[in-house]
Amino acid sequence: MNIETILLLIPLLPLAGCLAAGLLRHQVGRAGAHWITILAVGISFALSAYVAWEVFYNDLPVLNYSVYAWAITDGIRFEIGFLVDSLTALMMVVVTFVSLMVHIYTIGYMHDDDGYQRFFAYINLFTFAMLMLVMANNFLQLFFGWEAVGVVSYLLIGFWFKKDTAVKANLKAFLVNRVGDFGFLLGIAAVLMYMGSLDYAEVFAATPGVEDQTISIFPGIEWSLMTFICICLFIGAMGKSAQVPLHVWLPDSMEGPTPISALIHAATMVTAGIFMVARLSPMFEASDMALTFVMIIGAITALFMGMVGIVQNDIKRVVAYSTLSQLGYMTVALGVSAYSVAIFHLMTHAFFKALLFLAAGSVIIALHHKQDMREMGGLGRIMPVTAITAWLGSLALIGFPFFSGFYSKDLIIEAARYSDRAGSTFAWICVMLGVVITALYTFRMLYLTFHGKSRTDEETLSHAHESPLVVTVPLVLLAIPSVIIGYFTVEPLIFGGALADSITIRTVNDTMIEIADKFHGPAAFGFHGFVTPVFWLAMLGVAIATFVYLFRPDIANWARTRFHVIWKVLDRKYGFDELYQNGFAAGGLKLADGLSRGGDRTVIDGWLVNGSAHLVGRAAGVVRRFQSGFLYHYAFAMIIGLVAIVFAFVSLR
Amino acid sequence: MPLTEIVFYLFGGILILAALSVVTVRNPVFAALFLVLAFFSAACIWLLLEAEFLAIVLVLVYVGAVMVLFLFVVMMLDINVAPLKEGFMRYLPVGVLVALAMAVQMFLVFWTRGSADQPMPDPRPEGYSHTRELGEALFIDYLYPFEIAAVILLVAIIAAITLTHRRRPDTKYQDPAKQVQVRREERVRLVKMKSEGGES
Amino acid sequence: MLTLAHFLTLGALLFCISVAGIFINRKNIIILLMSIELMLLAVNMNFVAFSRFLDNMDGQVFVFFILTVAAAEAAIGLAILVVLFRNRRTINVSELDSLKG
Repeated sequence: MNIETILLLIPLLPLAGCLAAGLLRHQVGRAGAHWITILAVGISFALSAYVAWEVFYNDLPVLNYSVYAWAITDGIRFEIGFLVDSLTALMMVVVTFVSLMVHIYTIGYMHDDDGYQRFFAYINLFTFAMLMLVMANNFLQLFFGWEAVGVVSYLLIGFWFKKDTAVKANLKAFLVNRVGDFGFLLGIAAVLMYMGSLDYAEVFAATPGVEDQTISIFPGIEWSLMTFICICLFIGAMGKSAQVPLHVWLPDSMEGPTPISALIHAATMVTAGIFMVARLSPMFEASDMALTFVMIIGAITALFMGMVGIVQNDIKRVVAYSTLSQLGYMTVALGVSAYSVAIFHLMTHAFFKALLFLAAGSVIIALHHKQDMREMGGLGRIMPVTAITAWLGSLALIGFPFFSGFYSKDLIIEAARYSDRAGSTFAWICVMLGVVITALYTFRMLYLTFHGKSRTDEETLSHAHESPLVVTVPLVLLAIPSVIIGYFTVEPLIFGGALADSITIRTVNDTMIEIADKFHGPAAFGFHGFVTPVFWLAMLGVAIATFVYLFRPDIANWARTRFHVIWKVLDRKYGFDELYQNGFAAGGLKLADGLSRGGDRTVIDGWLVNGSAHLVGRAAGVVRRFQSGFLYHYAFAMIIGLVAIVFAFVSLR
Repeated sequence: MPLTEIVFYLFGGILILAALSVVTVRNPVFAALFLVLAFFSAACIWLLLEAEFLAIVLVLVYVGAVMVLFLFVVMMLDINVAPLKEGFMRYLPVGVLVALAMAVQMFLVFWTRGSADQPMPDPRPEGYSHTRELGEALFIDYLYPFEIAAVILLVAIIAAITLTHRRRPDTKYQDPAKQVQVRREERVRLVKMKSEGGES
Repeated sequence: MLTLAHFLTLGALLFCISVAGIFINRKNIIILLMSIELMLLAVNMNFVAFSRFLDNMDGQVFVFFILTVAAAEAAIGLAILVVLFRNRRTINVSELDSLKG
């Protein structure tokens, strides 16, 4: 089997699985559906791992080829093609691995759901779409994958479509993503317009040629072309990767089943924006302005979304805000040109965040779909596997030395610290404070869920037990990379140049060179981690959480009343929802109402349509009096016309 | 005053008076007769312009045919004239005003521009045939329009007949188709009978 | 001395009289037809006069055709008149308004 067949099989197997489980769901049955889909994703994962092995260890050259030309019009080729380099290979492995874990986990989580086959079909379809996205070698396919994952996300958030909140949440996700996609589409259109191609390689080759070009969107204001394109594309990433201010859909997306929260809204789809920026690094490198924009947005997201996580009571929402915050970290890394670090964090985050979500899901199964942390507590004794894996995931999340999250997060902070970009100090402060916040909300969640006195009612508690193997095995399998993968991959990925064939960094922007000097192997890095301020900041967060939530729960209430304004602001999530609801939605509604009333009914209906008809009718009413039917009236008209013509003839000559 | 001018003013005056009478008299029969007079005067003036053939044609066609047609129709139709003259006085001012306006305008055109004051050309030489000239123009240069004019006249004849023709239900017609299809049985009845003859 | 203007004036007068005739005899369709004949005569008068003064036979050919058409028109017009009278028992123009919009 040659490599191209393998590459073709990787995305097509999940698609076939989706069709089989979705269209033939009565024929294959429940067990058949999960066997088919898991097998498809499993093979896909194995093949992806093989490809990754070839790419990283056997130095497979970068593959960039077209699979199928869909249309050629006016010299522009619309085609499906694969670009397989280190970045793609890494993403493929991450996507298929997390997807496989989620598939297995779903057997337990969706055990008694009516939409069992449908769910498997959806997640398989998602895997296909995500693979198409990461394997794309052109913007069109990127956009296809981008929209396809958006659609599956929409379908899965509203999976329980009889639930009102779920339907509202998926509509919200779709609409907010549409805002981002509009920017994305504008960016792609600008790329096509100025570079004349949609193919990555050709666009990257054309980038230096148009770097100094400016365009004027509004008359009089000159924009650098690359800044415009990159910001437009990044607006797409802001929608998909839930960056402020387009983040509002992600917390609400927790209305969907937990496995897809893990797969789509934590590990893979939301990182598509990060992946896209990294993939397009040659273009982003051409615009300092765009990178600064990226960095500032990321820094704001990283700090402020984490703060909201502290006051949330829904266990999944805490993890969701944590995801937002971590996506902000990745975006900061992108903004300081540390693309490889962003991808590194993407990978480690995919593992430990999926783990945390699945652990939260495990707790939710045990409590029969209760998600409020105020009704939990003390579950650690009942479900030890879940608790331990959640602990491991949390330690990775707060960046405890030697855990995977430590390496990636610490490198982001270092990159922000050493960057010369304007505003990088702000970003550095944000990510530093973010460490405290992260530790605070993570341990708050751990303590409220697994420790302390049980606040669950007796009846639920009596049914609560450790989840079945299909749930715990994926937890364990995800816990392993969450702990160790940072240690083993930090050196090759970041400093070894494993991603060098897909990421371009200009030397002036490259902060990693400076950091590389200080890097003496992962072990030394880990030990050094214990004495850095970052570690102590994290420990500060842990200490506060431990003190407050484990020993003195009354302090939390006291703080809530004492700092009521701040608490209110955080609880309201800074009022973004209200702003959009009352500002954009209500404003749009009012505008539409005004246009409909004033523009449509008055001007168009009243004046143009009916008005013209009335005008014609009235004019005809006047004119028809001339049409008397009497011969002599016509003769009159004729003769008077004749007199007028002769008069004109006489007077004008 | 030369003879031509006397002739012109005489017949021109008669023409104008006749035309005025046509539009003002109450009885359509008189109107038709005045129209005859007007056409006749016009024919005389055309003779003055050496258009002899057309003058004769005008008299023959109009005076002889068209006007007779008019008279015929007027007399044939039992018209109550009184209501047709209603509003005569009411519209007289308007009609006169419009006519005067046009007349004034045309006078201005003819008499102030100086473009129409060329004198009569010399009379044609003796032996000149206007009929021949017109015939040559008509049959050489204008043959095709001439043919069309003939067709128009034919159409007019057929149209006039078709319009006025009335099919009477009590009239008997022949149907040639039926005549052709006739069979022996419908015409002849063979009767066999004993001869009555005795000895003669 | 007679000039072209004399003849043209005669034609114009004839034309104006017939226009006035159309105006004041608006009820009687027979007089209307006669006025139209007078108008055509006025036009013919101009044609003949121009033909003579410009020494060009084409004008008279036109007169010939106009006479043809006028004759045809009179024939058809009167035929219509007869049919009209037969159907409506009137030739009063003010009662003929079936085409009124």
